[in-house]
Amino acid sequence: MGMNEKKLQAILDQYPAKVQKNRGKHIFIKKDDAESQVIEANTRTIPGIITNRGCAYAGCKGVVLGPIKDMVHIVHGPIGCGYYAWNTRRNKAKSDDPKQNFMNYCISTDMQESDIVFGGEKKLAKVIDEVMEIFDPKCITISATCPVGLIGDDMGAVAKAAEAKYEGVQVLSFSCEGYKGVSQSAGHHIANNILMEKVIGTGDMEAAPAKFPINLLGEYNIGGDGWEVERILKEIGYHVVSVMTGDGSYEALKNAHTAELNLVQCHRSINYIAEMLETKYGTPWLKVNFIGIQGTMDSLRNMALYFDDKELTLRTEAVIASELSRIEPIFEQYKKICSGKTAFCFVGGSRGHHFQNLFAELGIETMLAGYEFAHRDDYEGRDVIPTIKTDADSKNIPHYTAEADEKRFRLKVSPEKLEALKAKIPLGQYNGMSFDMKAGSIIIDDMNHFETEEFIKLLKPDLFASGIKDKYVIQKMGINSKQIHSYDYSGPYAGFNGAVQFAKDISMGFVSPTWNFITPPWKDQPLLEGTVTEEGVA
Amino acid sequence: MLDCTPKEITERKSGGMINPAKTCQPIGAMYAALGIHKCLPHSHGSQGCCSYHRMHLTRHFRDPIMASTSCFTEGSSVFGGGANLKASIQNVFHIYKPDVMAIHTTCLTETIGDDVSSIVKTADVADGKFVIHANTPSYVGSHVTGFSNMTKAMVTYFAESTETVKKDQINIIPGFVNPGDMREIKRLVESMAVEYIMFPDTTGVVDSPMTGEFEMYPEGGTTVPQLKDTGNSQFSLALGRFASSDAADLLSKKCNVPAVVLKTPIGIKATDVMLMTLRTSFSREISKELEVERGQLVDIMTDTHFHFHGKTVAIFGDPDIVTGLTEFVVSLGMRPIHVLTGTPGGSSNSVAGSFEDDIKAILEPAGIEANVKSAGDLFTLHQWMKNQPVDLLIGNTYGKYIARAEDVPLVRVGFPILDRSVHSYLPIVGYRGAMRLVEMISNALLDRADRDAKDEDFELVM
Repeated sequence: MGMNEKKLQAILDQYPAKVQKNRGKHIFIKKDDAESQVIEANTRTIPGIITNRGCAYAGCKGVVLGPIKDMVHIVHGPIGCGYYAWNTRRNKAKSDDPKQNFMNYCISTDMQESDIVFGGEKKLAKVIDEVMEIFDPKCITISATCPVGLIGDDMGAVAKAAEAKYEGVQVLSFSCEGYKGVSQSAGHHIANNILMEKVIGTGDMEAAPAKFPINLLGEYNIGGDGWEVERILKEIGYHVVSVMTGDGSYEALKNAHTAELNLVQCHRSINYIAEMLETKYGTPWLKVNFIGIQGTMDSLRNMALYFDDKELTLRTEAVIASELSRIEPIFEQYKKICSGKTAFCFVGGSRGHHFQNLFAELGIETMLAGYEFAHRDDYEGRDVIPTIKTDADSKNIPHYTAEADEKRFRLKVSPEKLEALKAKIPLGQYNGMSFDMKAGSIIIDDMNHFETEEFIKLLKPDLFASGIKDKYVIQKMGINSKQIHSYDYSGPYAGFNGAVQFAKDISMGFVSPTWNFITPPWKDQPLLEGTVTEEGVA
Repeated sequence: MLDCTPKEITERKSGGMINPAKTCQPIGAMYAALGIHKCLPHSHGSQGCCSYHRMHLTRHFRDPIMASTSCFTEGSSVFGGGANLKASIQNVFHIYKPDVMAIHTTCLTETIGDDVSSIVKTADVADGKFVIHANTPSYVGSHVTGFSNMTKAMVTYFAESTETVKKDQINIIPGFVNPGDMREIKRLVESMAVEYIMFPDTTGVVDSPMTGEFEMYPEGGTTVPQLKDTGNSQFSLALGRFASSDAADLLSKKCNVPAVVLKTPIGIKATDVMLMTLRTSFSREISKELEVERGQLVDIMTDTHFHFHGKTVAIFGDPDIVTGLTEFVVSLGMRPIHVLTGTPGGSSNSVAGSFEDDIKAILEPAGIEANVKSAGDLFTLHQWMKNQPVDLLIGNTYGKYIARAEDVPLVRVGFPILDRSVHSYLPIVGYRGAMRLVEMISNALLDRADRDAKDEDFELVM
């Protein structure tokens, strides 16, 4: 691999001193020895740096709340924030009751100058009234944008008054102003806290109506990922109580306490709820990864080990075998195209890790990977959590701590069995991205535009997996670029069908004839076909 | 699709929006700033603003949209963003090396009252490098207002009247349109042999060619010397009053360059007016080439008038674009019965008239009664369409949900178009742009007719 400390330093040397010092801590080259390497993560981006990061509002409303289809999501603020988080993230949803599916609606208080000066509480209350009249939802969320916190609007009071006015309707307020924290991550946490405190576990159901009930956490159904995972789980015989939050519903969330196991797909955005569910109801969580064939099989087998049911295990193997025999011949075709290629994988919180599975299965080597808004545990594994220092930016995010629910807490497996299982499967455990990466590869946090260009020039990957803001930068360089946030409007990429779809799409990017036209024919040929010399035509 | 939208219209008094037909100022300011050569737009606010604007502009243009941010945290929101902005200026010039850094504010920095102007004045930048700024509070106006404000900032910071006699040149302020439109406007003006400075000019910036190299600052954009020279022009042609008149008015006040505010030249009438203005001002004949083009357009309009005459249409989008489209579809004999923009009233801090009056002035002579609204939302437009159905919807991508719900064909025009490509390269302005609009409109209507026809009524020739 073409990377070493000297070359890395040469990139950093181009920065002003302060930036250099800062960025140096966010990048490392993976070493061979087992000793863990420390990375700085979840800290402020330096002003003026072209970062891919978004804000707390994007993490709260855009990521976690937005996909819940039967809640009306009100954005309290000027128009832009509501507008940009409206149908832009591809979290698909369908409903048996289209009158209770609000996915295609964007509701904003559209704050004006007078609201900034005199306060926006009254306007918010009126918008809630209109939402009740038009949509008649069972639950409303209110997400704050930057000015709301600055002018001191008391959204909580407005929500409480609305709950009193509309009996049986829950109105949740989220103080996810864009300046909170250092990235989307703050917003995930804020959303997790309130969903856990006020929604999850408030349903009447005491037990799930079917065997092997699970929740699928951190699956947002981008491009239909969640539906593909559900298809497989149902075929094996699992009962999916709730999905958090892709194609999610209020009713399902309320009864999420009835699951016997919580699956965690996107660790970064939802590990808070996973932990709190264990504290409150005694339900363990299992780190899964349904991206990639092997990842999907491992996840399914780990689930079977947890439930330890003969029938379920047999069914798991039968489904795996049948799926494999169906997809492998197709997948192999695409592998021929992809094999031997190299990739960069820089995505949000967990996909920067997850998609390396698929790359490996296609014979693509990941040379560089990183996250936009992850924490150290997403790189180094959860063991480092006790050593993570809290700073001013993380301290201002409210920390909700769940306590055991007196009535509903129940150990799902005995402590002895849990310990035995933990030795075999990632129960309550996540080893992080670095653990799975090869020595010599680059691990980078909050990679910015300058570094993107520099690392591409240095390592010349065949594929760059990132988001929309990078996509055309990469493509202009003649490099295949793939959006792993929006899947370039394709999908699903999860599960068995998703692996095939991904392989197909990536291959298409490699073999598209359009790349052949970049250099015009006249650039390769001199204007004259030959030169006339004294001896004649050369 | 949109099953919660009732047909019955009840008055909504809250001032909130359901499915907006506008977004906030900063994205317009970012787009305008990209029309300066070697300029990096900078968003003074939280990271999310910058990310959202870059995402949306990139999806519309399918080209790199570069911009930096002041990366606000709670601390900077409490103590002020001065330190963040100063650090940003230093880092941007050191790392990304633009010629111009164009700062726009956000609702955050406007609410806390950051004095960007003072910080810019004291900024330590090298010779030949510039920092400019525009105040773009998200809680005033719309993305069109933001575009207008950044365009105005170009005049504030750069325009100078240095010649005793004005030069034989004009300024063209094209408004919030695609680079394809800007190219077409330039071609029209060039064919009249009139010297001009277009600003902002995003051609060659957001429609840059594929060469195998990434250029952080592509060849396009108005240069700083050109922006300075705008103060020496004969007059400014401000196309589209919402996006362009403020900058032209300021040039008039600051440099004594008169402002001529015209409609965005969408359709035959508005294009005629623009060319006639140039013809009169410079006593220069319309070129044969353009006269032929116009004749071709009229030929097409007449040949195909039965495809669209009398059809009802709903139009929404940005005010300057919607005004032009409304005028043109009336020229085609269509009946625009619902016309809506999300942008409120006149442009910010200007005495520009109202959108509703403009539209009524077009519709009344044609005897068309219509629902017309500024500061409206798509929920309202949809309800209008449920009560008075139309044959066609014209607007941006967000219209597709209503089009599907009501089973009405949609012609995509305006900003943003997120689900189709090529649109930003091809014009809707000028005679050529009008031909393209005729093609899009009649194709949409005829495709629908084909789809709906019974086998026995399915025709080879239409």
